[in-house]
Amino acid sequence: MSRYLRIAFFAIIVRPVLLIVLGMNVRGREHLPKTGPAIIVANHNSHLDTLTLLALFPLRDLPRLRPVAAADYFLSNKLLAWFALNIIGILPLERGGVKKNPLAALEAALDRGEILILFPEGSRGEPEQRADFKRGVAFLARARPQTPVHPVFIHGLGKALPKGSAILVPFNCDVIAGAPFQWQGKAPEFMEALETQMTMLAGQGQFQPWD
Amino acid sequence: METPEGLSVRVLWAIGVIYALLIAASLIVAIMKRRGASEATSELSRRVTSWWFMITIFTIAIVTNRIVSTVFLGLMAFLAFKEYLSLIPTRRIDRLIVLFAYLAIPVQFIFAHQDRYGLFLTFIPVWMFLFFPIAMTLAGKTEGFLHAVGTLSWGMMITVFALSHTAMLLGAGDKAGPAGGAGLLLFLVALTQFNDVAQFTWGKLFGKRKITPTVSPNKTWEGFLGGLVSTAVVAGIAGPFLTPLAVPWAMLAGAIIAVSGFFGDVTISAFKRDLGVKDSGGLIPGHGGILDRVDSLIYAAPVFYHAMHFFVFSGRIS
Repeated sequence: MSRYLRIAFFAIIVRPVLLIVLGMNVRGREHLPKTGPAIIVANHNSHLDTLTLLALFPLRDLPRLRPVAAADYFLSNKLLAWFALNIIGILPLERGGVKKNPLAALEAALDRGEILILFPEGSRGEPEQRADFKRGVAFLARARPQTPVHPVFIHGLGKALPKGSAILVPFNCDVIAGAPFQWQGKAPEFMEALETQMTMLAGQGQFQPWD
Repeated sequence: METPEGLSVRVLWAIGVIYALLIAASLIVAIMKRRGASEATSELSRRVTSWWFMITIFTIAIVTNRIVSTVFLGLMAFLAFKEYLSLIPTRRIDRLIVLFAYLAIPVQFIFAHQDRYGLFLTFIPVWMFLFFPIAMTLAGKTEGFLHAVGTLSWGMMITVFALSHTAMLLGAGDKAGPAGGAGLLLFLVALTQFNDVAQFTWGKLFGKRKITPTVSPNKTWEGFLGGLVSTAVVAGIAGPFLTPLAVPWAMLAGAIIAVSGFFGDVTISAFKRDLGVKDSGGLIPGHGGILDRVDSLIYAAPVFYHAMHFFVFSGRIS
């Protein structure tokens, strides 16, 4: 049931809104994963980031796409939790001071052939400014070293719906997907490669300042 | 002869001719592809495919009824304005003012739909023009004020105000001639786009002397004049059928569309060059963004409308 609700939500609401109210310029679409398991890594400026990334894929891929999101924020009340889990299809992640392996659910999802969407900045933060990536993504890549990691740079959604605002103002957004890469054996090198990739992707666009 | 909604059969015939040209273009591209595929031909093929989509959407918009036509034209202005705002640097503090600027679009198109000439002419150039600086002053950030208010006002004029003249043509009523307001709109839009293609083709075939080497190096005198003459000739043929204009006046209207369309094109080129982008967006495969497609119309629509208003609707020329 919620599976059909999810598809209907994306087909009837998300896609038309993204197409007309926002508008996407997508580059490097051919780099996006066609099958799972895969990890998509993106910068984070807005709640719209998740919806935009999900809308890049055909509707039939929707059940396999799992945005990873903070449990403390998205499971904080019942209505939001239902929406996040059933309609957006998030995999909740416990932040800070967790026992055992906090990535166990993510690893299990990759083993099921799912495509994870990760925002290693950890929070939407200041709109249209990149923050440092947290290292959790490297630990996940180390645990599943064969899984391709797809870097995606997003620009413009922080202008449309920044953190702290509930009013959507139409702006086109740019999505630039880069070639996938894999775990190379060391966490600092992995983080550096990811950082270089993101900077390179950001450099492909002509983005004007917004402050 | 009139169809039930008041749409002239002449409009349908003209659309039929446009589709015939489109089929001819598709056949030529198919033949070029068989002779050998290159990057240039596949680009041309993408363009022609996009023409099929654009002409079909435009056809549905103008043959359905006047409300659908006006909503479609308003949507076109919205997409152009959004593309403009997404390309330029804006200030975070102006987010809500930008939202108000968007909300001015339906208001402007309602004025056009109701044929309120005075409000239509003053709403953006006077009222919104005065409102933006007030709102930004009250927001309190003076850093970047001149740039912000200047770019927002100019963008609103060049996209929304200029393009809203297309909707104004639909309200010309019985002064619009044998094919009604839809006939005038079709005349303007089809000739503007035809002139773009004609200028491009003449320029590719015979282009030598550049007109604006620093802004738009592909624009040549040969392309410009070839487009001008071709457009005037086609306007002379289509004019008596779609507009109240006799052949010589229709040819002059075609020439006016060609010249103003050229200036629209190079103006948007200068804007893009300043920002360091080649295309204004990626909405239309083979063409770029919506601004890339409507750039000529941005100048042609107000110039054609006001020429018609002053000389023809007033009865000075008949």
